[in-house]
Amino acid sequence: MGIEGVGARVARKEDKRFITGGGRYVDDMVVPGMKHAVFVRSPHAHAQIKKIDVQKAQGMPGVVGVLTGKELKADGIGNLICGWMIHSKDGTPMKMGAWSPLAVDKVRYVGDAVVIVVADTKGQARDAAEAVEITYKELKAVVEATKALEKGAPQVHAEAENNLIFDWELGDGKATDAAIKSAAHVTRMKIVNNRLVPNAMEPRAALGHYDKAEDHYTCWTTSQNPHVARLVMSAFYNVAPENKLRVIAPDVGGGFGSKIYIYPEEIVCLWASKKTGVPVKWVADRTESFLADAHGRDHVSTVEMAFDKDNRITALKVDTIANLGAYMSLFSSCVPTYLYATLLSGQYNIPAIHANVRTVYTNTAPVDAYRGAGRPEATYVLERMMETAARELGVSPAELRRRNFITSFPHQTPVIMAYDAGDYNASLDAAMKAADYAGFTKRKMDAAKQGKLRGIGMSCYIEACGLAPSSAVGSLGAGVGLWESAEVRVNAVGTIEVLTGSHSHGQGHETTFAQLVTQRFGVPIDSVSIVHGDTDKVQMGMGTYGSRSGAVGMSAIVKALDKVEAKAKKIAAHLLEADEGDIVIENGEVKVAGTDKSLPWFQVALASYTAHNLPAGMEPGLKETAFYDPSNFTFPAGCYICEVEIDPETGLTEIIQFVAADDFGNIINPMIVEGQVHGGIAQGVGQALLEGAHYDPSGQLLTASYMDYTMPRAGDLPSFKVSTSNTPCPGNPLGVKGCGEAGAIGSPPAVINAITDALGVVDIPMPASPATVWATIRATKH
Amino acid sequence: MYSVNYHRASSVAEAVKLLKNGDAKLLSGGMTLIPAMKTRLAAPSDLVDVSRLKDLQGVKVSGKTVTIGAATTHYEVSTDEKLKKVCPALAHMASLIGDPAVRHKGTIGGSIANNDPAADYPAALLALGATIITSKREIAADKFFKGLFETALKEGEIVTAVSFTAPAKAAYQKFRNPASRYAIVGVFVTKGKDGVRAAVTGAGDDGVFRSKEIEAALAKNFDASALDGLKVPAKGLMSDIHASADYRANLIAVMAKRAVASANA
Repeated sequence: MGIEGVGARVARKEDKRFITGGGRYVDDMVVPGMKHAVFVRSPHAHAQIKKIDVQKAQGMPGVVGVLTGKELKADGIGNLICGWMIHSKDGTPMKMGAWSPLAVDKVRYVGDAVVIVVADTKGQARDAAEAVEITYKELKAVVEATKALEKGAPQVHAEAENNLIFDWELGDGKATDAAIKSAAHVTRMKIVNNRLVPNAMEPRAALGHYDKAEDHYTCWTTSQNPHVARLVMSAFYNVAPENKLRVIAPDVGGGFGSKIYIYPEEIVCLWASKKTGVPVKWVADRTESFLADAHGRDHVSTVEMAFDKDNRITALKVDTIANLGAYMSLFSSCVPTYLYATLLSGQYNIPAIHANVRTVYTNTAPVDAYRGAGRPEATYVLERMMETAARELGVSPAELRRRNFITSFPHQTPVIMAYDAGDYNASLDAAMKAADYAGFTKRKMDAAKQGKLRGIGMSCYIEACGLAPSSAVGSLGAGVGLWESAEVRVNAVGTIEVLTGSHSHGQGHETTFAQLVTQRFGVPIDSVSIVHGDTDKVQMGMGTYGSRSGAVGMSAIVKALDKVEAKAKKIAAHLLEADEGDIVIENGEVKVAGTDKSLPWFQVALASYTAHNLPAGMEPGLKETAFYDPSNFTFPAGCYICEVEIDPETGLTEIIQFVAADDFGNIINPMIVEGQVHGGIAQGVGQALLEGAHYDPSGQLLTASYMDYTMPRAGDLPSFKVSTSNTPCPGNPLGVKGCGEAGAIGSPPAVINAITDALGVVDIPMPASPATVWATIRATKH
Repeated sequence: MYSVNYHRASSVAEAVKLLKNGDAKLLSGGMTLIPAMKTRLAAPSDLVDVSRLKDLQGVKVSGKTVTIGAATTHYEVSTDEKLKKVCPALAHMASLIGDPAVRHKGTIGGSIANNDPAADYPAALLALGATIITSKREIAADKFFKGLFETALKEGEIVTAVSFTAPAKAAYQKFRNPASRYAIVGVFVTKGKDGVRAAVTGAGDDGVFRSKEIEAALAKNFDASALDGLKVPAKGLMSDIHASADYRANLIAVMAKRAVASANA
């Protein structure tokens, strides 16, 4: 592997600029003449807009524009779209209400954007925003999905009767019901997956610049997928045709899904730039991030799991209500359907599965993909059920899982997915060994002597990554293909630029992707540059989410590298007068195998550009492009074990140890993979113990700052014990599976299984805060 | 933040004078006021900065008498060697406030003048039976803390120092709000010449208060076991998304026990 090639723990190339303050984020961008925008947002969860008076604001110092939704509509700017069509089980298409980038007649959640104010300084824009007079007629609001479905609940959109967007199903309902009826044992639970606020370190931001002379727009935006942003803004929002719109996502400080979507603000900034004649920059403050970033999760499920007399699962029936908030965000429809129900087989042989999902409008922030996107919800359902079932059946949680593991591959589940490879016993063994599972009973007794309650819990997760064969997702309703592109440019001096449609917002692509090139040609990693995030540089790409950049993005790079290597070998064979098949490239040398004949890599590159002596008919240059469309999802899996100690007097839970044993397929940079697992577990533990978005019944977000929303801190977490036992993925050239979301997917049920084990209770809601744990203990005593 | 006139006072007397400007506010560490101004929840016309006044700085210990200047930072209190000898509990309490940045900016005078219902110092000063010295007079802690963000301070009156006699025994225990890390419950207990005092922060509907139940139990026997089975009434305690009144009542008993154990250790 060498010290910089595949498998090496190469320090992240991008970290120098990040940790020395040299990163370039949207807020760092300055364009001559640039002005600053503030959005006037709805203070009400649900209200009619009776009147908007901007006159006073327009006269305030420094103000260059105060613009409303009516003007935006008059200019033909389109409504926001949802990129995945789902049909209800009765065949009707999802019932989507309109989402105008600036609200026109009605506001539907606290934070809904109504007016944009543009001024010389942000302070002046704020002052003027306060002077905008909006008359609202307040309407009754509904914030909980289950309540929104009740008769007589406030109606969020006229299009969706009773707020029901779609009523969708997957799997064989009849077979599932029959299996449950004839089961030896059925475990039943109601399972709630709490709503989360993404909290990327960098708030969202947009800078729109309309160049009148060129009739051309540039948009700097905090995006995980700038090409999709350009496509959508061009094709659906009528901002500008694609050749007149450049989208740049420079350094982006975290996304976790929340920066996949095209939000109102970037559209409005572009439009406002043309309207006012000045470049318009908006940077969210933290409160806006809480209010108006797409939230995650928020499922309520009723679940039945059936077993035969040998404790083998015979069926799983899941009825889920998913809260999608006030508007359908870009991928909101596929998260609780094809990214959720398709994973309900987990690591287990389950002959019959049926999932029914109802998605619901409420007067809350839109809900969309958040690290894991559907798969954490599926894993939480399954792994809480397995834990509860094991307790009811009187068998160990490990034994019940082993009995039901899928052990031969490929394996077709009843819910679409065809697993290609895995070894679930290996992960379970590794995790139990690392956790000293056998020694737990003694540790529990020792803790009891100190008046503390110990518990241990496990979670065996599977996820589907590497989104995904384009034809498959297309047949399921996706509006886009999910391939990836790459271009490898070898410069005349032998240095190499790789252009990728993937986008790095913390993942370390500039290092990992360069390692592939170093491995291939033996050139130093410093001579390889990764270019991404600019639609003028990279022709097209689908961006980064769903742990797809390794499995799909790097596979595209491999294809392009194959082409470059083949051409380089042809040139070398010609120059060295050897057979093409005898040429090998290693350590920066292009050699004839078994001889001392060789050329330095740069000479082959130079020869391709001087073109003085190329094989007959060969085009000059050394640059190749590839598009890669995966043949299947990839299926990372693993086993997580969490051990907790609870202080029964205060309800405080301490995580004593957290073990992760993952199967990510082949690994390019183990250090970066470990970092992804650490971050994912921190977020998963955050969901289980600390984080939860709370709206009051009137739709006010009570957790709209860090004073009330608990982010995980280093002190909340132990030093993780992580390891991998890998089965290479057969579906892509690198054998990689993806690791970006595993931690967030696998960890919440492990934590809650441990807490319920410690307390001897069936369930506890997330986040299991000290107050909740204490109340649960008290309830069991009474 | 709205625009504001900034004044740096050169003396307490000048500060008192400057406070007469418009809607002027006194600025010390600014740990509460500045965030409130940044979010436009506070909009004073003038700020009068007293944080650099020499007269308001430092910890003085003379025998058992401790005097702390109002602009002394939490960091200075937490690390003062003389204080650690006579009243380590207060130094320890100061070390638990906020984070290092807050402790290097925030001051004791600012904390008590603001009287946030979840701040730590009000519990300490109440339990220590401290005297609050102002530009006009001396006020007993028992009379100083009036309610949520309310004190006995009059318009234009400035806290200059606090003073107390170090008790024989004292300790502070707090249970933090998981998000803000302010106290959900903090209990400061002391055993001094005049008996036992126990003050509770973070929990009361009207802010910091002395717990009669705890003081009565400990007066008989200053030992954690004296609080076994103690029921603190939930009436008058706050309920919010982080903690119910019942939970706070429980935590008061638990934190009091731990504080007593720590004071006796």
